[in-house]
Amino acid sequence: MKPLVLRLRAAPEQRLDMSSLTPQRLAGKSLREIDGVELQTTRRAVRVGDLFHASDGSAEHIVIAGGSERFDRVGEGMSAGSLTVDGDVGIRAGRRMAGGRLTVNGNAGHWTASGMAAGFIEIAGDVGDRLGGPLAGEVHGMSGGMVVVRGHAGVRAADRLRRGALIVEGNAGDDAGSRMLAGTLIVRGAAGARTGYLMRRGTIVLGMASGDFGPTFVDCGVHDLTAHRLMAAYIRESSAKSAELLHVPLRRLMGDMAVLGKGEIFVAA
Amino acid sequence: MQPMKLNGVRIDDTFAEAFGMRAAAIVITADSLRWARQAAVTMTGYATSVIGCGCEAAIDRELRPNQTPDGRPGVRVLVFAMSATDLQNQLRNRVGQCVLTSPGSACYGDLEGEERLKLGDSLRYFGDGWQISKRLGARHYWRIPVMDGEFVCEATVALTRAAVGGGNLLILAAGSKQALAAAEAAVEAIEAVPDAIMPFPGGIARSGSKIGAKYKGMRASTNDAYCPTLRGAVKTALDPEIGSVLEIVIDGLTSEAVANAMRAGVRAIVELGAATGAARVSAGNYGGKLGPHHYHLRALSPDGGDHARPGEEET
Repeated sequence: MKPLVLRLRAAPEQRLDMSSLTPQRLAGKSLREIDGVELQTTRRAVRVGDLFHASDGSAEHIVIAGGSERFDRVGEGMSAGSLTVDGDVGIRAGRRMAGGRLTVNGNAGHWTASGMAAGFIEIAGDVGDRLGGPLAGEVHGMSGGMVVVRGHAGVRAADRLRRGALIVEGNAGDDAGSRMLAGTLIVRGAAGARTGYLMRRGTIVLGMASGDFGPTFVDCGVHDLTAHRLMAAYIRESSAKSAELLHVPLRRLMGDMAVLGKGEIFVAA
Repeated sequence: MQPMKLNGVRIDDTFAEAFGMRAAAIVITADSLRWARQAAVTMTGYATSVIGCGCEAAIDRELRPNQTPDGRPGVRVLVFAMSATDLQNQLRNRVGQCVLTSPGSACYGDLEGEERLKLGDSLRYFGDGWQISKRLGARHYWRIPVMDGEFVCEATVALTRAAVGGGNLLILAAGSKQALAAAEAAVEAIEAVPDAIMPFPGGIARSGSKIGAKYKGMRASTNDAYCPTLRGAVKTALDPEIGSVLEIVIDGLTSEAVANAMRAGVRAIVELGAATGAARVSAGNYGGKLGPHHYHLRALSPDGGDHARPGEEET
């Protein structure tokens, strides 16, 4: 099916709220109606037609040709279909996503996949801080689905992760997996300091050990587990390189014993 | 009607009468096929008949590493029971005692469906608080720490209400040697049929039963009409030349699977021929009033194309 293509004509002059441009919110709209959708975040109105050239296609699949770090809330709340951005996006991309597929062929800002419940997000570049994490005042972060970041992630990736899988093919910043409740975080490269800080449950897999995990993570030995094979099979299609991490025996650290202590970090032995 | 004879084997103009059952399919994996099979064999022991075992279970087929969820060798086991509750209890107890305990094992559901039986959701308590829940996409596993590592078990498995139990073939031969040869040929052929199992020892039952007995409280007793040593004393079903009878009982996930299994069995018996195998093939029924599934032998025979369709519902 031919996708709906929105071609960027000029760089935006203000931050934009792109959450209206999802398959379900544009379903059934004519090109003229789409051109009239407002995106501004200041008092000065910006409509789709002002910034983009829209070419007719099914809104079930949307392609935004061109990006900007001022494109905030791209794919927020989307529940079906696909949305592809050929360029960078700003904060909160894929926040509260409930289904469908979001692809960003560029970098994404903070709170990417924040509170996501289902679906699939692929970021070709880097992401900012708090990947999948909650906004202030929210009880938990991502609760389902899968996110693959081909580049690096900022600090506190997978903060308060509840369920689902986050894969960072590059490195992650400090406090990766902080306060995790459950779920899976895989960092193919290295992670910064305090990985798994105050995690209760859940699984973190690290490609490169980042030195000391502190006294509240206890060494449980080197193991080749069936669970590794299941995780590898689950992520192989989305990140074959990360799946390879799970094909060798890994050291299991349990923690964070400062809290519940039922989480685990797997690192190369 | 002319007696139907194929390669010297007489095919009775009768049908097998079978019943609706509840069934689950699970995959057991291990580090080697040997240990996957061992867990499956242990789990399906003492599961020949719902009359006395609570369920009927056997290995359906062996699976290559690329056919299992965790990429290890495995076997597929089918478990049949008369009710979802029985199936739930049997599955939990058997997996808990025989698969959980087997070295390196893991256990997964192998049917899709809305209606689910608890498996890992029950067995997880063995972990005494150390069990780990892992959701990967649509599948939910429990990881239970055990002495050789972890036992991984899917939280729930689907059950089917379309399963059929009690498809059967009666193999009548001049002597026990010929009856066994024909039965073995049929078992080998039926083993290749997917979604169907033969729960009796090696797939063969020598003690076919009738419903009820002269003794109070007995649900089943020897099928005297087919006992060669009683032929003069009872209303026998045996011809003078028959000296031994064996039965193959078939349970399938679908009616079609049972029909396919019976068809494969009859073909193998006919191909073996009367000289070294069976003189006659028959099937057990209760007059057609009890079970909704009827499998007519002649329709299932190698040249039975113009007879009634196999597995048709006659109610």
